[in-house]
Amino acid sequence: MNQTIQSRDYDSAPCASKTTERKVGPIIAGTSMALLGLSRRSKSGLALALAGGALAYFGSRRNASEDEVLAHGSVLLNCSPQEAYALYRNFEELPLIMQHLESVTKIGQGRYRWIALGPMGTSIRWDAEMVHDREGEFISWRSLPGSDVDIESAVRFQTAPGNRGTLLSAVTRMDPPAGKLKRIAAKLLNTFMIQQDLRRFKALIETGEIPTTEGQSHGPRSRMTAALRVADPTRPPKGDSEMSEVFNAKRRIA
Amino acid sequence: MKAVCWMGTNKMSVENVPDPQILNRRDAIVRITSTCICGSDLHLYNGLIPTMEQGDIMGHEFMGEIVETGAGVDKEKLKVGDRVVVPFTIACGRCFFCEQKLWSCCDNSNPNYWIAEKMMGYSPSGLFGYTHMLGGYAGGQAQYARVPYADVGPLKLPEGIPDDKVVFLSDIFPTGYFGALNCDIKAGDTVAIWGCGPVAQFAIRSAFMLGAERVIAIDRFPYRLQMAQEGGAETINYEEVDDVVQTLKDMTANIGPDSCMDAVGMEAHDDGFMYKLDRAKQALKVESDRPIVLRQCIQACRKGGTVSVPGVYSGFADKIPMGAFMNKALTMKTGQTHMMRFMQPLLDRIQKDEIDPSFVISHRVPIDLAPEMYKTFRDKKDNCTKVVLDPWAN
Repeated sequence: MNQTIQSRDYDSAPCASKTTERKVGPIIAGTSMALLGLSRRSKSGLALALAGGALAYFGSRRNASEDEVLAHGSVLLNCSPQEAYALYRNFEELPLIMQHLESVTKIGQGRYRWIALGPMGTSIRWDAEMVHDREGEFISWRSLPGSDVDIESAVRFQTAPGNRGTLLSAVTRMDPPAGKLKRIAAKLLNTFMIQQDLRRFKALIETGEIPTTEGQSHGPRSRMTAALRVADPTRPPKGDSEMSEVFNAKRRIA
Repeated sequence: MKAVCWMGTNKMSVENVPDPQILNRRDAIVRITSTCICGSDLHLYNGLIPTMEQGDIMGHEFMGEIVETGAGVDKEKLKVGDRVVVPFTIACGRCFFCEQKLWSCCDNSNPNYWIAEKMMGYSPSGLFGYTHMLGGYAGGQAQYARVPYADVGPLKLPEGIPDDKVVFLSDIFPTGYFGALNCDIKAGDTVAIWGCGPVAQFAIRSAFMLGAERVIAIDRFPYRLQMAQEGGAETINYEEVDDVVQTLKDMTANIGPDSCMDAVGMEAHDDGFMYKLDRAKQALKVESDRPIVLRQCIQACRKGGTVSVPGVYSGFADKIPMGAFMNKALTMKTGQTHMMRFMQPLLDRIQKDEIDPSFVISHRVPIDLAPEMYKTFRDKKDNCTKVVLDPWAN
């Protein structure tokens, strides 16, 4: 399945490079503008996508299979790009920060085995090799043939405007295989999840800990609350139902 | 330990729950000696702010003694045995916002930031005992509480100063002061303050500290208006006048107050048509807040003046007179209080006997009576202004 990514035809895309090695870099370079452009879904939006993120646009969209997932996130860190890079580059510690990662193990020069946890005790595994590794600037890796999923990821560290620390932006693209793994993989990667992971990363690097209320005292929960907590421990369930009321109200007012 | 738990709308109960534990490196555990019911707790009691869960521990105004600290707490700043008052906003001290002293906008302290982001775009800091949207942290109407980032928030207290004088540094005194500061008071200004609850009482006194010449306070309960008068304010009982805005005009030679403060928030009362309409909308959940006071503030404020909003709003409010706001060139300032800016300076004022905050206390009761006191406080029975709970009394 990993061959698919390499056999893709990028020839007709004027800006995109032929090889995946160089693909993810441009994605991240242009993602923000491109997403802005794509979100407008109009001619001018496309123009914006082309102007700002031609590489990202073609790199990510051309010949993409329908199931391809492109997830991105960004966060402002109150530290230097070097500090951010050093914490991020320590892949083996990332499972402490990224909720869906089970483990990352070094398996050779520039190669790591990643295992992510899916729902109901399932897991997916991929071996990845470093594509770029520029200290304090840029990291990217992609999965090798024989992995459960075809996945690649890139992270960029930049000094933020106004000397306000480091702007970290991350993008991950995944082309899940058909069948059961596809459903699992789809649960593992989305923009919300990446953003949550980055917020935990930010909290850790800025404050030395990740904020939590897990394990704190509370009075008796209702049965419904308790059941929903088991189903999805990360969400305050009652909250969600009442949130929808507020959103409906907002819609009705508008 | 004993803790006051939210068990549903209009349902509070004192439950026996496990003692809190250190969950993170910079946590500390406080043995609480005094804790209060805040007017903003009534919004939760009335079920008007979303994302409460049955069993949540209430309370964000508390003080006590440190009994345990996590490994990451700077011992220079805080150690076991210190007597502290704990601010209601939780701040990490290290993010961009904390460095700007915008403590109530801390970027890291709300683990449920994403719920708040859905409603507000970005999330403010976590708060104690104030919905899961704002962190879901267990509150301080209990015998013990866990305090995250304990080397940032809690203010160490000197020996010998009684709880009653300093417990309000946890919220309402700094909040009243911040409300007055947000009025941009210049010497000789007239400030109108809607609401005469505890925050407003501190705002009245703070406005004078900051150089106001006249403070006009508006409420309907004679005992609260009297307390405002004792603080030096002129008063309007809005149930006894036809039109508050006109009355303020009459009192200020048709110029209007230089600043107007909404110290009431989302559950304002009035007897007009708009009040009934807002009330109905709130019941139908098509409007979360009743901005009756905010509307009056904007109408009444003099041209180029400032509207300060320490009153709590939670979601969406209708019919804000934006035309008046824009055309009169008004400024609005608001926010949860950036507590750590004000706690030490206000403690200094208390120590210099410039103010004794204990004047707002109307009830001191054991924690077991908290559920009844919520009702008394909500219904403004028994001249209730401020309830202080003793977590250890039987």
